[in-house]
Amino acid sequence: MIERKIRVLIAKPGLDGHDRGAKVIARALRDAGMEVIYTGLRQTPEMIAEAALQEDVDAVGISILSGAHMVLVPRVLDLLRANGQEGVCVFVGGIIPENDVPSLINAGVAQVYGPGTPTTQVVEDITRAVLQQAQV
Amino acid sequence: MNVEHDLVESVVAGKRLPLARLLTLVENNAPEGLAALDQLFPHTGRAHLIGVTGSPGSGKSSLVNQIALALRNPPSGKAARSVAIVAVDPTSPFTGGAVLGDRVRMRDLAGDPGIYIRSMASRGALGGLARATTGVVQALDAAGFDVVLVETVGAGQAEVDIARLAHTTLVIEAPGMGDDIQAIKAGILEIADILVINKADHPGVDSTVRALRAMLELGHPTHLHNPVASGTPLWIPPVLQTIATQSEGIADLVEAIDRHTAYLHTTGAWQARDRSRLQTELEQLVQVELNNNWRASVPPEFIQETLAQVETRQISPYQAAKLLTHPLPELHPG
Repeated sequence: MIERKIRVLIAKPGLDGHDRGAKVIARALRDAGMEVIYTGLRQTPEMIAEAALQEDVDAVGISILSGAHMVLVPRVLDLLRANGQEGVCVFVGGIIPENDVPSLINAGVAQVYGPGTPTTQVVEDITRAVLQQAQV
Repeated sequence: MNVEHDLVESVVAGKRLPLARLLTLVENNAPEGLAALDQLFPHTGRAHLIGVTGSPGSGKSSLVNQIALALRNPPSGKAARSVAIVAVDPTSPFTGGAVLGDRVRMRDLAGDPGIYIRSMASRGALGGLARATTGVVQALDAAGFDVVLVETVGAGQAEVDIARLAHTTLVIEAPGMGDDIQAIKAGILEIADILVINKADHPGVDSTVRALRAMLELGHPTHLHNPVASGTPLWIPPVLQTIATQSEGIADLVEAIDRHTAYLHTTGAWQARDRSRLQTELEQLVQVELNNNWRASVPPEFIQETLAQVETRQISPYQAAKLLTHPLPELHPG
């Protein structure tokens, strides 16, 4: 009997120490039946990509409040591609100015979530993205 | 054409992405993963399997982090060992989801190509490991890691599956977790090859040491489930103190692990444990296989009818089980 589970890495790069949002999302994804690998604070893009590889995740959620997203997020995407994980769905949550969203999406981010996003929305998006990827 | 064969070659060659994908296939019980394990099996049997168990919050992940660091950076004259870590955390019985947080304590190990960390959810298994942990450990063994550290779900008293899997089992306690009556109860303390009292800077450490030593003086039963030839010396589990967050006591712990390894080799206990592990695995797989065959061969209506007879008290559950498993003609041709 095959039992497939969606595996998601929740990562918190950069130097800010506010991981409440990351924990709320981790908990919501858990309650939606996913397996969530939580890595803790102050992860470098290299650490995030290494964990995503070793854990063979379907999606990576990056929580970022420090304003360094235009540097850190493209770096994570590059490393994932370099490791052969271009199929992994990457989403970003936190305080992201509207003007930055299009270039993040262009770089390969699936979704950007601001404060107040219902967690059900995130669950739906990830489930859909992973199912689509599985059919490719 | 032969996907499994390519996968097997890449895993044995030490490639990381194929290994990661294989572990997922094994966890998901996918046929191609199990077929790859068949081909990998001749490459297994070399890694030293070390189990780490103990109650939630006793510091298992932090100790695993420290042990791995010590194995990667040995004192001069000794070779560094490559280390795979399998960290199991519980699955919610309500939603099937899990938060796997053991990596949080293992950030010191990031960026080292000689380390591989994999988090696993228990997915409903109750013995402290996941059903697929054995297969995952086999794959990591075949991938050439010298040591595989398996960290169980935070364990209470009876989660003892790890002792069947590992060559060396560490049981981690924290001070103040109970008196000498706890120490003579059956269960988790019986499986320890090495007892570690972590957080040794916390109050109550002396009485915990005393209780565990007293338990050991009453006799230690590891030889009961891991028989050694008569005449060979018994292994008396050492009681060690560590403070994982300050890297204290780690050198002694690694030294004790190496002494236990040497003991296993000189007494023949290594092979005995290997045999007993494979026997357990085989028996479990036979049970699953028999159960699947049985389900496939018994018409569901027959099961429903029999259940109805039990519900109306016409027959007992034991009689019903006999009836349902009675040798059926289609199960035993000829």
